[in-house]
Amino acid sequence: MPVEPPVASPRSLPEAYRLLAADRYRPVAGGTDLLVQITGELGEPPDRVLDIWRLDELRGIQVESDALVLGALTTYAEIRRSPLVGEFLPAFSEAAATIGAAQIQNRGTIGGNVVNASPAGDMLPLLLAADAQLVVGSASGERRVPAGEFWPAYRRTALEPHELLLRISVPVIGDRQLRFRKVGTRRAQAISKMVMALAWRVADGRPEWRDVRVALGSVAPTPIRAPLTEAILEGVAPSETTADRAASTLASELNPIDDVRSSADYRRAVAARVLHRLIREGSGS
Amino acid sequence: MTYRFSVNGRGVEVDVPGMRRLLDVLREDLALTGTKEGCGEGECGACSVLLDGAVVDACLVPVCQVEGSSVRTVEGLAAGDALSDLQAAFLQTGGAQCGICTPGMLMAAEAHLAAGGPGGEESIREAIAGNLCRCTGYTKIVDAIALVADQRSASTPEPN
Repeated sequence: MPVEPPVASPRSLPEAYRLLAADRYRPVAGGTDLLVQITGELGEPPDRVLDIWRLDELRGIQVESDALVLGALTTYAEIRRSPLVGEFLPAFSEAAATIGAAQIQNRGTIGGNVVNASPAGDMLPLLLAADAQLVVGSASGERRVPAGEFWPAYRRTALEPHELLLRISVPVIGDRQLRFRKVGTRRAQAISKMVMALAWRVADGRPEWRDVRVALGSVAPTPIRAPLTEAILEGVAPSETTADRAASTLASELNPIDDVRSSADYRRAVAARVLHRLIREGSGS
Repeated sequence: MTYRFSVNGRGVEVDVPGMRRLLDVLREDLALTGTKEGCGEGECGACSVLLDGAVVDACLVPVCQVEGSSVRTVEGLAAGDALSDLQAAFLQTGGAQCGICTPGMLMAAEAHLAAGGPGGEESIREAIAGNLCRCTGYTKIVDAIALVADQRSASTPEPN
């Protein structure tokens, strides 16, 4: 039988903050990660669980000034269905469609993906590539953490024990392109072998790429950017030769591991191939 | 804690730990053993049920999150001894063999059809991508769902 730790189900954010200020809790949103982790087969279960599913303050998708803001409890199904996401961040819809299948998409949340902090979290490279900000809150107020600072080490986050992730703010930039690709064993229900997001801007219709971001998952202890590869692409109008150089730079820049899902060699090779293809598709070369 | 929700249209009340899986509440506390446990980690879909109309893995839902909701299980498909159209179609096409995946397949298919999901093969295959079957090779299951999609669209009156 699975472990059944005690659970509190606050009905408002202030109530959740009060509980978190008094005791240590493990939050549960849609449960697609936590319910697997507390089977008792994967180490010590949490002492106490905080069920945040009913916190309506953490729901909804809206445009705020120059950003699309996704509540932490936004499910993958809601991301797929959202006309706002479809209009401003279509790569996010595309990514949400690759996660699990209907059952997982109806329950799994973007906030859960962020806080679970798996190196294979499929949405996380997109958040890095899109310069997303994670808005976290506690009884003492809110603060914003750039995605690039949110996952400091394997399975760690920048959250303090008394804080909750509230929402994810993704800048919407008119001339920015954002692409996503996931490689898994099959189309549905696969934990990724390699996942990549690529972002760049083209100012005033010029061919040079600016503010290039190459972000990856499942190739390091945390989701990462690839700065050496980004430098190859920055300020350049990518040609076939640029794609070659970027791909080989990425292959040497990455230091993935062999594990049950894939090998280091395959991850390096497939990351290079996927980047090459995304650059060629993006530049029309 | 006491939790109240409805199962197949009937109000239920259970006094269980809030982190108990909906799957265990259905099978152990409510004796509704139609919902099966396969992997217990959201990979196989055998425990699929409808939660407020959306298909979910009952092994991943703590019962504290079901309070006030409506749950539909495979027991809620047939009307007495009369099989639902989908159950009959699984029989007709050979979509059920050993049976362990069948309740979950039926619920995933029901969610797809009830949402007005199209009857094309690609879309049906996506709708059941979270449900593993080791007997049928899926083709006959897809046939069953496509058959019902056709039947239901034929019996829906054209809008004026």
